[in-house]
Amino acid sequence: MIVRIMGEGQLKVADSHFVELNKLDDELLEEMESGDEPGFRRTLTALLDAVRRLGTPLPDAALEPSELILPAPDATLAQVREMLSDDGLIPG
Amino acid sequence: MSGVMKRMGMIFRAKANKALDRAEDPRETLDYSYQKQLELLQKVRRGVADVATSRKRLELQLNQLQSQSAKLEDQGRKALALGREDLAREALSRRSSLQQQVADLQVQHQTLQGEEEKLTLASQRLQAKVDAFRTKKETIKATYTAAQAQTRIAESFSGISEEMSDVGLAIQRAEDKTAQLQARAGAIDELLASGALDDQSGLGSKDDIQAELDRLSGGNDVELELQRMKAELAGGPSAQQQAIEGGAPGAAQSQQTQHRFDKQ
Repeated sequence: MIVRIMGEGQLKVADSHFVELNKLDDELLEEMESGDEPGFRRTLTALLDAVRRLGTPLPDAALEPSELILPAPDATLAQVREMLSDDGLIPG
Repeated sequence: MSGVMKRMGMIFRAKANKALDRAEDPRETLDYSYQKQLELLQKVRRGVADVATSRKRLELQLNQLQSQSAKLEDQGRKALALGREDLAREALSRRSSLQQQVADLQVQHQTLQGEEEKLTLASQRLQAKVDAFRTKKETIKATYTAAQAQTRIAESFSGISEEMSDVGLAIQRAEDKTAQLQARAGAIDELLASGALDDQSGLGSKDDIQAELDRLSGGNDVELELQRMKAELAGGPSAQQQAIEGGAPGAAQSQQTQHRFDKQ
């Protein structure tokens, strides 16, 4: 599967790793919904590290859509919440 | 329950599809999208340039603050040599508030450098994708009918539109950050210009210390020199000088000194 880390680019991650990644992803969503900023920061960092560790970067010129998209490492809980809301703040 | 990364993926894809659905002829969408990409590339390049400008300005300010701080240290030393501990204390306390500003600006400077690096890389990624898209777009237009092209267009379009959304957000954030920093830098420029960097001291002009030192050393340099010579002649070490209150009695300090009488 292709994963995009916002602000960094895309990586290809083997499907076998998604059990581990999904667990972190669910945790991240819970922390976001409960407003647990420190927990959110911790889990996001762990998730990004795992994706970088397990994935292979796609070449810059690749035009493939990503199945999964992760916020940038410095994204705040509020920003991510906003991106996931209906109109979001994603331009264009 | 799906997590954050799945949802974000879906949101981005939905955005790309919506843009495609609006098109009568998908091939027109290709051209339109390409135009948009070129515009965004321009914007990203401008963004990188803006960040670089802010960074350079910050570097200039840092240098100014550092030299101001060094000057205060010199003044402190000089005041102490003239036995004026009160003046020395004043100079050093101003210096310490300057040092705080410096530390603060150094953090900002690091932030900007990081931002600049990230945007430069983002701009390279986007450039590579835009080039790839242009090639693909021409192939699709030449090879397929509008109906056939639909799937191919959707594929390449969602890839590039996702990149555009990502870079667009990065640019927005960089713009916000630079705007904040520009405002701050402007405030510091004013402080540097007015010499009122020592808010806490409540003394308006930064030259009051220098004025006082100039007044003191006007007579004292000679006195100090004499003392040193006497000490040498007497065979003793030229001991730490004691205060000799010289100069015009009760010389009024001008509060609004426009000129600086720096001896350096």
